[in-house]
Amino acid sequence: MALFRKTPDERAEGQAKIEASLTKTRQGLFGRISALFQANELTDETWEELEELLIQADLGIDTALRVVERLRTRVHRENIKREDEVRAALADELTRLLTHPAMTSIEEPRRLSVILIVGVNGSGKTTSIAKLAQYYKRRGKRVVLAAADTFRAAAIDQIKIWGERIGVEVIAQAPGADPGAVVYDAIRASQESRQAELLIIDTAGRLHTKYNLMKELEKMRGVCARQVHDAPHETLLVLDATTGQNAISQAKHFKEAAQVTGLILAKLDSTAKGGIVFAIEEELGLPVRFVGTGEKPDDFAEFDPRAFVNGLLDIGY
Amino acid sequence: MFESLQNKLKVVFEKLATRGRLTEQDVDAALREVRLALLEADVNYKVVKDLVGRVKERAVGVEVMKSLTPAQQVVKIVHEELLKTLGEPSRLNLSGPAPHVVMLVGLQGSGKTTTAAKLALNLRKGNKRALLVAADTYRPAAITQIEVLGKQIDIPVFSEGTQVPPPEITSHALRRAREGAYDVMIIDTAGRLQISEALMGELERIKALVKPQEILLVADAMTGQEAVNVAQGFHERVGLTGLILTKVDGDARGGAAISMREVTGVPIKFLGVGEKSDALEPFHPDRLASRILGMGDMLTLIERAGETMDRSDAERMGRKLVKGEFNLEDFLKQLQEIKKMGPLTQILEMIPGMGRLTQEMAPETTDKQLCTIEAIISSMTREERRNPRVLNGSRKRRVARGSGTTVQDINDLLDQFRQMQRMMKQLGSGGRGMRGLMDMLR
Repeated sequence: MALFRKTPDERAEGQAKIEASLTKTRQGLFGRISALFQANELTDETWEELEELLIQADLGIDTALRVVERLRTRVHRENIKREDEVRAALADELTRLLTHPAMTSIEEPRRLSVILIVGVNGSGKTTSIAKLAQYYKRRGKRVVLAAADTFRAAAIDQIKIWGERIGVEVIAQAPGADPGAVVYDAIRASQESRQAELLIIDTAGRLHTKYNLMKELEKMRGVCARQVHDAPHETLLVLDATTGQNAISQAKHFKEAAQVTGLILAKLDSTAKGGIVFAIEEELGLPVRFVGTGEKPDDFAEFDPRAFVNGLLDIGY
Repeated sequence: MFESLQNKLKVVFEKLATRGRLTEQDVDAALREVRLALLEADVNYKVVKDLVGRVKERAVGVEVMKSLTPAQQVVKIVHEELLKTLGEPSRLNLSGPAPHVVMLVGLQGSGKTTTAAKLALNLRKGNKRALLVAADTYRPAAITQIEVLGKQIDIPVFSEGTQVPPPEITSHALRRAREGAYDVMIIDTAGRLQISEALMGELERIKALVKPQEILLVADAMTGQEAVNVAQGFHERVGLTGLILTKVDGDARGGAAISMREVTGVPIKFLGVGEKSDALEPFHPDRLASRILGMGDMLTLIERAGETMDRSDAERMGRKLVKGEFNLEDFLKQLQEIKKMGPLTQILEMIPGMGRLTQEMAPETTDKQLCTIEAIISSMTREERRNPRVLNGSRKRRVARGSGTTVQDINDLLDQFRQMQRMMKQLGSGGRGMRGLMDMLR
């Protein structure tokens, strides 16, 4: 759909955001990769140090080892000598772990699309929802938000304030209301009076180990599916970029309970690297869809694997 | 979940067939596994390196104690080093004249506001009056959040809206705390990145104005390698006095705690273990060390069992077990207790060595099995529950109909129950039995 095709400007802007947010990362850590490869000879220590750097970016041991091993074989096989070539090969290996189909389901023609947002406490769901709403609003969609986090104190007020700021309506009930009922109401309102095209549902933060709370997500999905064909059309897990290896467990449990279709990597403006997304995509097949790069509603971009990796490795686009 | 480190080490040592002293070669092989376990637990790379170095220094040449296997010997040393790094539990420093000022700082979403409320409630249990101070003027509805929490637990909240700069809010709050003769005032600050110049400057100004006795970094137990930089960043700018680890009720191994302790040297004061305002626990270095090493969390399990089970019930059950009088009625009761503790897979994960088992079990199936067992026993008469031997073919068919199962299901259950009874009797007779169970748990 023409409406959603990105202009080259937008593309560049998105990439710039990802790269800029990773600037601190590369200065702090990945800048050293250059130095590493500038050494005259690639020794065992070089590879070990590279492995270290990747682990420090939260890639996890398995992924780090595999990437280094593949790179090492490739460098040997293709007789790569120059520093920039080694780096390019590394970028290539990392990017290959992130190749995934783009998120198109929301752009399919239908009257109402539904996105369900899930995640652990404090991962950045509400802020990400505001940004996502702004993102689609900019692309001409009529967006409505559902305040289905009825548990956390003032969560409803928080999303309402965001709604006002970005000019998007929020459907809410009183604190403590049944989240399923809020979803039901929100869908009805979206379909009838509001004529909305996209409904984004905020849910309460929950640790993935809490069985009953995870069950509740299933119930909310049921409410969606009964009212809108195939809904929710996307279920996005909001992941804090500072999260370590536990992110895999999070993704796994949320995928099982709520059939998550992708990730929003939040707080990428911190000094954390979000390297765990490589393992999540490889092990669970869950791609990153968007990245959050700051506290303003516009600090948000579609995920671009190449830009993400290049940002990490400090390679100009 | 992860296989217990000890099991992995056992494999390593079986290959080496070590006896007597630990050689450098043994230790190196073992430490590779230790290193992996720590990295999997999100302990920072550099911290792991140092720690592994220290363990190696201590372990090489050590005589393996008679009562331990080489694997256990190495784990013991690692455990001791972890304990040393984690440090002693420490309480809030409330010395000197009141009001004492406690400031909570940390990244966005680490759990500061929830923790502030928990601390206030915790203080009240010790007969201290706390005043919560809403100094997060940035995040939408942060002030409403702390006000709502304050109301829920009946703790006063000082707030001046979002227009007054946080340093001013806190100094006004201090005046109020003095006038109101509060014992402690707890400042909830906005989440911020340790690299944000402006916001870190704000913390420095608050510190200069109200001179907090405690500046506590609130950090998410799920934090990865970055924990080192975060802790260091905050420590350098504002001088931390302690750490609070939050969301410990999840399944994160919590290696971040080691990293943060190592770079700051300040004590861990509390752990956040749930969303409710009373879910704040004192820090037990021993438990956290075991958890980081992936050795299960028996203590938490035992504690949870204690929470849900009636003590006198448990004691009566224990006596019955020992005497071998445990019947299906008691079994049903136990099942119901276990169900209260959470899904079975979650419970099993806390038992050392069982983590792997749970991977193969879908939570639904195991919990469904529990339901089936419950249904079967519920369909029995009291006499049948107390004395399953009376269950003949006709009775079994009736029970099967009543519970929607088959006679085969009932036979399976009775078989399992008899096995369990035998095991229990063995345990009850003490000596070998008990040791047998301990070996199983190792």
